[in-house]
Amino acid sequence: MASVIAARHAHADGREKAHGAFVVIENASGGAVTATRSPTLHHPDTRHPSPVTLHINGADNHLDVEPRVTLLEALRERLGLTGAKKGCDHGQCGACTVLVDDRRVLACLTLAVACEGKPIATIEGLAVDGALHPLQQAFIDHDALQCGFCTPGQIMSALACIAEGHADTDDELREFMSGNICRCAAYPNIVAAIRQAARQMAGGADAAL
Amino acid sequence: MRPFSYERAADLPAAFAASQDAPTTALLAGGTTLLDLMKLDVAAPARLVDITGLAASTPALAEIRPASDGGVVIGALARMSAVAEHPLVADQYPVVSQALVKGASAQLRNMATIGGNLLQRTRCVYFRDVSIPECNKRVPGSGCAARLGVHRLSAVLGASPACIATHPSDLAVALVALQAVVHLAGSGGERRIAADAFFLLPGDHPERETALAPGEVITAVELPPLPVGARSHYLKVRDRESYEFALTSAAVAIHVADGLIAAAHIALGGVATKPWRSPEAERALIGNVPSRPLFKDASAAAVAGAAPLPHNAFKVPLARRTLERALATVTGLAEGEMP
Repeated sequence: MASVIAARHAHADGREKAHGAFVVIENASGGAVTATRSPTLHHPDTRHPSPVTLHINGADNHLDVEPRVTLLEALRERLGLTGAKKGCDHGQCGACTVLVDDRRVLACLTLAVACEGKPIATIEGLAVDGALHPLQQAFIDHDALQCGFCTPGQIMSALACIAEGHADTDDELREFMSGNICRCAAYPNIVAAIRQAARQMAGGADAAL
Repeated sequence: MRPFSYERAADLPAAFAASQDAPTTALLAGGTTLLDLMKLDVAAPARLVDITGLAASTPALAEIRPASDGGVVIGALARMSAVAEHPLVADQYPVVSQALVKGASAQLRNMATIGGNLLQRTRCVYFRDVSIPECNKRVPGSGCAARLGVHRLSAVLGASPACIATHPSDLAVALVALQAVVHLAGSGGERRIAADAFFLLPGDHPERETALAPGEVITAVELPPLPVGARSHYLKVRDRESYEFALTSAAVAIHVADGLIAAAHIALGGVATKPWRSPEAERALIGNVPSRPLFKDASAAAVAGAAPLPHNAFKVPLARRTLERALATVTGLAEGEMP
């Protein structure tokens, strides 16, 4: 699979590391992924590709995109960050959830050009030096996935849900996570996983292990 | 999506100019309706003008602040999530907070703006499917496929021969109930319009949905003050418990003084071609002692003019019971329910 991604996203110099059910893609230079600029730069108010810098998981990524390229397409097809998934592509399933300006949003309904200069966080940035984030570990511990397609969106949404303070009860979690559909219906285990991670994250440093 | 150009509006006049150029040019705020419809090819602007940056130079556009008369003014670029959580709104207008929280997923609430919410388009499946030739809202004069097609979700109030599409916003139902005021601005100046008048009935021109004129933009929504002690509530009934559009909904604000209903603000959602204020229900309530029989009568008055079609006839009793329960809840008469 690594070779497939590397071939399809050669410019991203994709290097894949597997962590249990999760895949982290890094590039050789420590995160910055640079795409080749098109030979002629156009004024931003044309329909043609224009340069944009996306600040993803702490690293700047320079690329040229048409205005109609969504953040989701830029992440997946230009930068090799395939964690966020294209499920419905209409804002109905939550599989493309990422954080922009520390808020959970739908990458499928966000234009890449509109994200210039904004901090973006994706599932690929959650694990630190190979150590899974408590949410990632909790999803494994609780078997909170079956096919796994919705999982990166679930985890990014849960990360924000906990930060928003909406993870105190199961009912509150269900309501504030309702934008993330799981067609395998792993919902009971997803709730249990988020509750565990929320407790660990509130517990401080040792919980992060 | 079809190719389009993208630019950021430098100031409000740039937004006015972009609005003047609709539908060739479209204003981009949260994008949750616009980009969805562009992917469906229902909307095909050649140029998008991003107005989200205007709040940097004009902070009022995204602010939530007290009005001089005791009400609250919400900037059009304020996000649904920010408005729902703001103490000025959550404490004084629970009906608005509840309508916002029930109106979309947490992700969409972080993206969508208050102005954009009022301009969202119907979820009628025939409007959203460009392979269907007949939709008077999408292609004026083409006909209405819903009337002879599957219309379980269509309107039972406010429909016309040309269109039976429901208005999708929950927030707008709360705003119409509260008699909120929409602030508009254009190159000719500013004007204010009652929320109820902002939304148009379809009539012969369902493609015209609001009173927003070419060259105008929404700058704010103003919630009028409620009497001290008034209580409000939004009840939404849908096919699943969360993250779904309304089959029926009711926005209610009631003020009881000396044992009598002194003020009543009532609107229904999910059942009409626009957010449906019910002066009939308000008149039935005012001056009377709150009771379950009174609420039943007022709710019946609210749907007395309904004209259902075969698939959506269930909405008439459902809307009546939705309003009845919302009234019972807000006045503390619902057994086992907290207002």
